[in-house]
Amino acid sequence: MSVLIYADSNNGALTKNAFEAANYGAQLAQATGTDAIAVVAGTASGLEELGKYGVSKVMHVSDASLDNFDPQKIAHVVAQATSVTGADTIVFAHDYTGKSVAPRLSAKLDAGLVSGAIALPNGNVVKKAVFSGKAFAEIEITTAIKIISVLPNSVDKLEIEGSATVEAFSVDLPSTGITVKEIKKESTELSLTEADIVVSAGRGLKGPENWGMVEELAKELGAATACSRPVADIGWRPHHEHVGQTGLAIRPNLYIAAGISGAIQHLAGVNGSKVIVVINTDAEAPFFKAADYGIVGYAFEILPQMLEAIKKLKA
Amino acid sequence: MKILVCISKAPDTTAKIAFTDGNTKFDEAGVQFIVNPYDEWYALVRGLELKEANGGTVTVLNVGGADSDPIIRKALAIGADDAVRIDAETTDALYVAKQIANYAKENGFDMVLSGKETIDYNGSQIGGMVAELMDVPYVSLASKLEMNGNTAIIEREIEGGVEVIEVNGPFVLSAAKGMAEARIPNMRGIMAARSKPLTVVAASDESSATVIKGFTLPPEKSGCKYVDTAEELVALLHNEAKAI
Ligand SMILES: Cc1cc2nc3c(=O)[nH]c(=O)nc-3n(C[C@H](O)[C@H](O)[C@H](O)COP(=O)(O)OP(=O)(O)OC[C@H]3O[C@@H](n4cnc5c(N)ncnc54)[C@H](O)[C@@H]3O)c2cc1C
Ligand SMILES: Nc1ncnc2c1ncn2[C@@H]1O[C@H](COP(=O)(O)O)[C@@H](O)[C@H]1O
Repeated sequence: MSVLIYADSNNGALTKNAFEAANYGAQLAQATGTDAIAVVAGTASGLEELGKYGVSKVMHVSDASLDNFDPQKIAHVVAQATSVTGADTIVFAHDYTGKSVAPRLSAKLDAGLVSGAIALPNGNVVKKAVFSGKAFAEIEITTAIKIISVLPNSVDKLEIEGSATVEAFSVDLPSTGITVKEIKKESTELSLTEADIVVSAGRGLKGPENWGMVEELAKELGAATACSRPVADIGWRPHHEHVGQTGLAIRPNLYIAAGISGAIQHLAGVNGSKVIVVINTDAEAPFFKAADYGIVGYAFEILPQMLEAIKKLKA
Repeated sequence: MKILVCISKAPDTTAKIAFTDGNTKFDEAGVQFIVNPYDEWYALVRGLELKEANGGTVTVLNVGGADSDPIIRKALAIGADDAVRIDAETTDALYVAKQIANYAKENGFDMVLSGKETIDYNGSQIGGMVAELMDVPYVSLASKLEMNGNTAIIEREIEGGVEVIEVNGPFVLSAAKGMAEARIPNMRGIMAARSKPLTVVAASDESSATVIKGFTLPPEKSGCKYVDTAEELVALLHNEAKAI
C-alpha cells in the first residue's frame, strides 16, 4: 500500500502543480504510515527535487512519445504504476492534465474519484468546493482504490526533508487516435491559474487603452492579469484572461479587482482567493461583500498610487 | 454524422445555495433549473452547427428523473433532433458515465460531446470516464472543433497553452468557451420541440464509487476593511495580510 502521485511536466520540467500534488500525496502517506511514490511521463529532468516534498521514489517513463500530451497514454502509464506499486490512493493536480487523465483512470480502475480536493482526506472522506465555490461537499470514496485530484493553491505545502531515488520505468504504450499537429504555448507570461497574485479589471476601466496601469501594477507585483467576462467579450482583453463561472476558476493568494462589480458569476471564479481587494467607485458594489480590503474610489487614481506605494515599500 | 450531446440539469447561476435533510441534500425549493451552460452554449450548439454543415443527427442525452424533462425540451427547442433520458437518480459521476457509455456503445455515435464541467458539482469527470469506458480518445477542454471528412480537427487547452490535434474515428469531447455562440430558441423551435421524440429508457444496473456525506457553507467573510488611500492599503497588504 502506498500513495502514488502523477507528477506532470511541461517543457521538460515539473510544474508547480506537480509539486503541490506530490506534497499532498506525501502528507497523506505520512499520516497513514506509507510511502509516497511519484510517476512521471515523458522527457523531464530535476525529478529528484520531488524528494524535498516528501516523495521517496520517482518512477520515470522517459519515452519521448509521451511528450505530446495524450491522456489515454498517461492513464495507461499511471494504471501500470498503480499495479506495480500496489498503490491504493492516486493523486493528481486538478489542472488541465488532471482533468483529462484522472477521470479516465477512474473508469479504467473502477476507482472512485474526488476532483478538486481542497484538504487532506479524513479517512475516505474528501472535501471539495461545489456550486462554484458557494459551498463545500464532503464526499466518501467507497472503492478499494481511491483517486483524488487536488485543487491548485489550496493545500499548504510542507517541506518534508528527504531525497527521492529516480528509477526508469518502462511501459508498453497503446496506440491512440490522437495526432498532435501544433502546440501554441502562451508566451512567457505567468499562467493565470498558477499565479500567487492576480490583478484583474472590469468594465469600470472604460476602455482597453487604460490597461497599462493594470499591467504595470501586475508586473511590479510579479502578478498575472485577469478580467471580467464582458471585457473579454468586447475584445478589450484576450479571452484566456476571463475569470468566473464561464471562464477560469482561480485561487491566488491575493486577488485585486478594479472596476468589477462582483456579479455572482464573476465571484464564482475567484471566491477561493485568500485575500480579495476591491477598488470600485460604487460603495454599493456587491464585490465589497466578498472583499477583505476595499477602497471606494477611481481605479484610474488608485492603481497608479498603489504602484508607487509598492515601489516605495520595495525600496 | 451521428452526434450525441450529454446535457445535465443545473441550478441557475444566481440560485440561492442552501441544503436540507441535515445538510445532505441540495435545497431545490424555489430554484430555477437550466441546461448546464457549457452543455448548452458550447457542446449542443457546436453539434448543431456541424450537423447543419455536414448532415446527420443530434441526439441529446440526459441521465436523470422526470424533473429533467423541461431542460431536455429546451435543448430540443434549440434544435436537437431527438432526446433520450436514462431514468435514474444521479448519485455519482462514475454511475452516470457508465449509463452514458452503455447507451453510446449500443447506439454507435461518431462523437459524444459534453460540457467541461457541471456548475453544481464541478466534477469535470464524466467526459473522461465515458471515453475510457468506450475505449476512444478523450479531448478535454476543447475550444474549437472542425470536421475535415472523417477527421476532427480540435483545439484544446493544455498546461501553458493551446494544442491543435487531429482525431480519427469516434471520440468524446468536453466543450469549453470558444466552441460556439449561445443560441436562443425561437417560437418555432419551442413549438417543434413539443412533438420531437423524448424517449425514456431504463437505467442499467451499475454501481457507484462515491457518496456525498454532507455539505457545508463557507464561513462568512469577517467583513471588508475599508481604507482611504492606496498607501494605507499597500501597508495593510504587506504587514497584516502578508500578501505582498
Ligand atoms: C450564465 C452567466 C455566466 C457568466 N459568467 C461570467 C464569468 O465567468 N465572469 C464574469 O466576470 N462575468 C460573468 N457573467 C457576467 C456577470 O453577470 C456580470 O455581468 C459581469 O461580471 C460584469 O462585469 P464587470 O463587473 O466588469 O462590469 P459592470 O457590471 O459593468 O461593472 C463595472 C463596475 O465598475 C465600477 N466602476 C465604474 N467606473 C469605475 C472607475 N473609474 N473606477 C473603479 N470602478 C469603477 C462600477 O461601479 C461597477 O461596479 C456571466 C453572466 C451569466 C448570465
Ligand atoms: N446527469 C447527466 N446526464 C447527461 N450528461 C451529464 C450528466 N451529468 C453530467 N453530464 C455531462 O458531463 C459533463 C461534465 O460533468 P461533470 O463531470 O459532472 O462535471 C457535463 O457538462 C455534461 O455534458
